[in-house]
Amino acid sequence: MSLLRTEALSKRFGGLEAVRNVDLELPAGEIRAVIGPNGAGKTTLVSVISGRLEPTAGRIFFKDRDITGLSAWQRARAGIVYTFQITSVFPKLSCHDNLALAIQRRRMTGLAGRLREDPAALRAEVEAALARVGLAEDIDRTAAELPYGHQRLLEVALGLALSPELLIMDEPTQGLSNAEIARFCDLVRGIASEVTVLLIEHNMPVVMDLAERITVVERGAVLAEGTPAEIRADAAVQRAYLGT
Amino acid sequence: MSGVLSNRWLLALAVLAALLVAQVLLPPYHHTNFARIMVLASFAIGYNIAFGYTGLLSLGHAMFFAAGIYAAGLGAQELGLSMPAALAFGALGGLVLALAVGLIALRTSGVAFLIVTLMFAQAVFLATLYFNEVTKGDEGFVIAEALRRIEIGGAELKLSDPTVRYNVALALFALCYLASIALLHSPVGRVLVAVRENEQRTRMLGYNTFGYKLLAMVISGTISGLAGATYALLFAYVGSTFASTQYSIYALLWVLLGGLGTTLGPLIGTGLMSYLVDFASDVTSSYLIVVGVVLVVLVLAFPKGVVGTVLDRWGSRRGRLRS
Repeated sequence: MSLLRTEALSKRFGGLEAVRNVDLELPAGEIRAVIGPNGAGKTTLVSVISGRLEPTAGRIFFKDRDITGLSAWQRARAGIVYTFQITSVFPKLSCHDNLALAIQRRRMTGLAGRLREDPAALRAEVEAALARVGLAEDIDRTAAELPYGHQRLLEVALGLALSPELLIMDEPTQGLSNAEIARFCDLVRGIASEVTVLLIEHNMPVVMDLAERITVVERGAVLAEGTPAEIRADAAVQRAYLGT
Repeated sequence: MSGVLSNRWLLALAVLAALLVAQVLLPPYHHTNFARIMVLASFAIGYNIAFGYTGLLSLGHAMFFAAGIYAAGLGAQELGLSMPAALAFGALGGLVLALAVGLIALRTSGVAFLIVTLMFAQAVFLATLYFNEVTKGDEGFVIAEALRRIEIGGAELKLSDPTVRYNVALALFALCYLASIALLHSPVGRVLVAVRENEQRTRMLGYNTFGYKLLAMVISGTISGLAGATYALLFAYVGSTFASTQYSIYALLWVLLGGLGTTLGPLIGTGLMSYLVDFASDVTSSYLIVVGVVLVVLVLAFPKGVVGTVLDRWGSRRGRLRS
């Protein structure tokens, strides 16, 4: 069964057609990379899928349910989680509170769940979520105090803490050190059994290492799709992207 | 974590205990002043929930305060409501108005939100003048002494009695103060702060941020309305001044001066400002110049408000944003 499917998805900004007629099908459990030159429309495409932008035309199905009309927060609740290209955490809040926001949402049912929490239990969960990305010791620091690479990891931890079914990551390794990238790749492989991953990435070794299939986007449209080996061999992709 | 929790409530109880004891120590003039400050500080607490916690910069909160004043005053005078019923009616007035205004004004944000709330408040202010047959407009009306009584188990309490007035004001303040602390440190409070800090991110975490902003407005409006109702009944006067822009700006000043987004800030800010005006008008008739200069100096010395700056310099780093 496909987890996510788009039909003739388009997004136009005035005269610019950033996404053109994209039909994308993503089976559950897959790690899919979306690659393409700068300005190809990758971020716009995933923004439309996550609900940050409204499509100009086309439809989006998640688990065979039409979600085109759902707002971003409803999609997040449905299981589509987006991590930002430009790090978007809560800089003035502690790492604890950043993660607590992601974790507490599922517990906020009924009046008591909204007004009360068990600080010790919450803290334990936050610690575990931070430990997944190696930030457990930073729990009481504000996010702004973290070095940039660690803020990226905090962003990823926020996404994971929401227990997504589809995790959309927009250039997650940008600005990470090699050691952090290796750790990140391990993390993604580790969650891939439960989570479907849609990854926008410029770092080709990461893409070739992680992705089971690759979709190449150029000027808003899908240029090619296939396994890493097929994409490497594709002449059109060579011309448009990899050859440079 | 539990240590932090109890510290927070201990401070609150210490503040309330100090206010309780203060009434036997204060000379009559300051006694009345303190009662007024506690009621106005409750209004500031309401404002702080919208602006301080949630980041909704409203310049129209006088309308919620006035909604409480008119609902309680007219409710008592014209509809013959008992005092407790008039208070509840005042809170309801603030709630309904905040819901209606919030549904429209929250479609905007930032400067546009400020202007829309300012316009709504201006419309409410003009309405209090236009319907002067009911409201008595500018001149206002005095709530009859005979109405300002509460009966508790046969005993009759007169709201004009200084002791009763002080303790009703303290009860209102304690309610708003403790409720604001509980709210700020609840999961809902964490989401409100998140909306202030990064609304887009909060939405992408699956929170209906419009709903949370509306909730903040409604809680804020209800507390402002309750404070207005208490003010009307304790000080017996209902007039359109309370709906004027001045009172919206006061709420903003009190909160900024005391410490934006801190639970104790509204009391400190309201108290400072009130005594500042008091002191300056003793010295000179052009007291607003003095008030202005002192405010500028205070803002420069305490950029995050008195409580905010003190916490920043000497408080725990962890409690910094939600203290």
